[in-house]
Amino acid sequence: MAGSNNSFLQVEGLSMRFGGLLAVDGIAFDVKEREIFAIIGPNGAGKTTVFNCISGFYRPTTGNIRLQGQDIAGQGSHAVALHGLVRTFQNVRLFKHMTALENLLVAQHRHLSTNLLSGLFKTRGYRKSEEKALQNALHWLDYMGLREFANREAGNLAYGHQRRLEIARCMVTKPRVLMLDEPAAGLNPQEKKDLQGLIEKLRQEYGVAVLLIEHDMSLVMGVSERILVMEYGRPIALGTPDAIQKDERVIKAYLGEE
Amino acid sequence: MSAAITPSHRPSWRQNLAHALTATVLTAVVVTPIFGLHLERAGVRTVIAQNWGNVAWACLLVFIVQMLRPMVTGRGLRLPWPKLPAIPARQRGVWITAALLLAVIWPFFAGRNAVDIATLAMIYVMLGLGLNVVVGFAGLLDLGFVGFYAVGAYTYALLFHWAGWSFWEALPLAGAASALFGFVLGFPVLRLRGDYLAIVTLGFGEIIRLLLVNLTSFTGGPDGISGLPKPSVFGLELARSPSVEGATTFHQFFGLEFNSMHMVIFLYLMALLLAVVTLAISNRLIRMPIGRAWEALREDEIACRSLGLNPMKIKLSAFTLGAMFAGFGGAFFAARQGIVNPESFTFIESALILAIVVLGGMGSQIGVILAAVLLTALPEVAREFAEYRMLIFGLVMILMMIWRPQGLLPMQRHHVEVK
Repeated sequence: MAGSNNSFLQVEGLSMRFGGLLAVDGIAFDVKEREIFAIIGPNGAGKTTVFNCISGFYRPTTGNIRLQGQDIAGQGSHAVALHGLVRTFQNVRLFKHMTALENLLVAQHRHLSTNLLSGLFKTRGYRKSEEKALQNALHWLDYMGLREFANREAGNLAYGHQRRLEIARCMVTKPRVLMLDEPAAGLNPQEKKDLQGLIEKLRQEYGVAVLLIEHDMSLVMGVSERILVMEYGRPIALGTPDAIQKDERVIKAYLGEE
Repeated sequence: MSAAITPSHRPSWRQNLAHALTATVLTAVVVTPIFGLHLERAGVRTVIAQNWGNVAWACLLVFIVQMLRPMVTGRGLRLPWPKLPAIPARQRGVWITAALLLAVIWPFFAGRNAVDIATLAMIYVMLGLGLNVVVGFAGLLDLGFVGFYAVGAYTYALLFHWAGWSFWEALPLAGAASALFGFVLGFPVLRLRGDYLAIVTLGFGEIIRLLLVNLTSFTGGPDGISGLPKPSVFGLELARSPSVEGATTFHQFFGLEFNSMHMVIFLYLMALLLAVVTLAISNRLIRMPIGRAWEALREDEIACRSLGLNPMKIKLSAFTLGAMFAGFGGAFFAARQGIVNPESFTFIESALILAIVVLGGMGSQIGVILAAVLLTALPEVAREFAEYRMLIFGLVMILMMIWRPQGLLPMQRHHVEVK
């Protein structure tokens, strides 16, 4: 268990088989506390499958996933989220017909007083917990610059704002690991730059570790401390951005052989 | 050039004629077995009585309407739909109080029959609001809602029959028993999605009914249980003479003439009370965290799970609460009828309650109330069409789904607003 004291999230020997297809095989990496870690690779390399295994949407065929030493593989997605691993989705999954504010309130469900009777009679404890949730939601709307859209239906927001709202919705749950699945997809260059700043700020101010899947190389190279490169479901390189950029196998995977 | 620009959606008269003729033939096929041919007994033989006049009239009507249709459509003919005027929050309280007062005072000046129908309507309001929690709020299609209604009714009936419990003693237990059934059924079943859930709940409703039919020694089988006492007013019976020696009845206590109308009005007021309580509770629920979670789950279960919401627990709470309302409704229904038998709890009942929710507008409480009142009151008002009740019902459903799939008064979400 060398290094397990400062590795926060640990993935070992992860593989995922769909029928006859071995989608992911032999993935191993660890994310340290407050680290920004990226997974990259060509389309279809299995990055999102790895994400789905870690976040509990898939039960991995083999392998261990440990969060601070606790095994969380195959626990079911909502249980994993309760451990503090919260994710966004490649194609934004907001509650479209609920307002931006309500999206953030729903996400705090587990922190709320959910006792039916106290809610029906609006007891003091209930009102307090609702007020706290509201303040937390407003804080995050402010933080993301979305305050003016608080009462707007999430589905009607601009795409960039939807992306930010989805990150805010993760953050209100007070996560320990924030998992972002292609957060820059569909953003314009300015928004991408803002996103990089945001990821760094979240890590600094809220102490989250960030696990990132991304195609935008300038973002990945700019923000991550370590990178795992995947191809055809297998890891081909793991290291710092500088090392990755010089790695021959990575260059081959991205540019093809001569 | 101009031909390309002017929108000429209007079919040529030749096409139109062909269309109208097809419609007419179809009408003839559909109408003949309903209006054209009747089985009649003449002595020992059964003969088919033919009545082609009706069929001819129906065909003619359809033909004319179809021929005239192109002139009407395409001119932006849109039926205006009712939309609730936006009432400011302060006035809303006044309106609700006024409506409630009217609902309370009205039966004292109305006929016996009208009050009786209104009582039935209130039962359906309660059932509709209960199912609205499951279907409208949480988005779970439940085709066996009548099963929970039956559990509530039989809980009271059995407790009275075997243990002599009064209505008021049995009422909380009826709600609890239905909720328990909802919980126990929901546990394995709520893992299923959409259509599968609908089928399983449909099966559950039938199982309950078949159990009631076949457990003859316990439930009385097809005959059910009769002689159930009506609810009392704080222990005072509403009867001409007390059933127990030495007890006082309602009219003796208040020094009134005995009037059987008292009972009718009392039952109505109770049904009204139960419906209002159901409304108040479900109205609170949707504004609470659990209500928000139901809506979120209806929109995107995967996103919910990724945020640590347990879909099972959330669905189960909706299912259990909906069943509980049905249980209260069932106990009241049993007390009002004085008799329960499995006949009252057939699938068509589930379909009717679901129709109330869908017609009213899923999730819209005011819409559900309106639809419940319409669907129970209209068949009574239009008694002469009783034969065609289901036909008209089906027609209304089809037309509604074409023109107004979101229901009479679609749900207007209550938003948490901030400045």
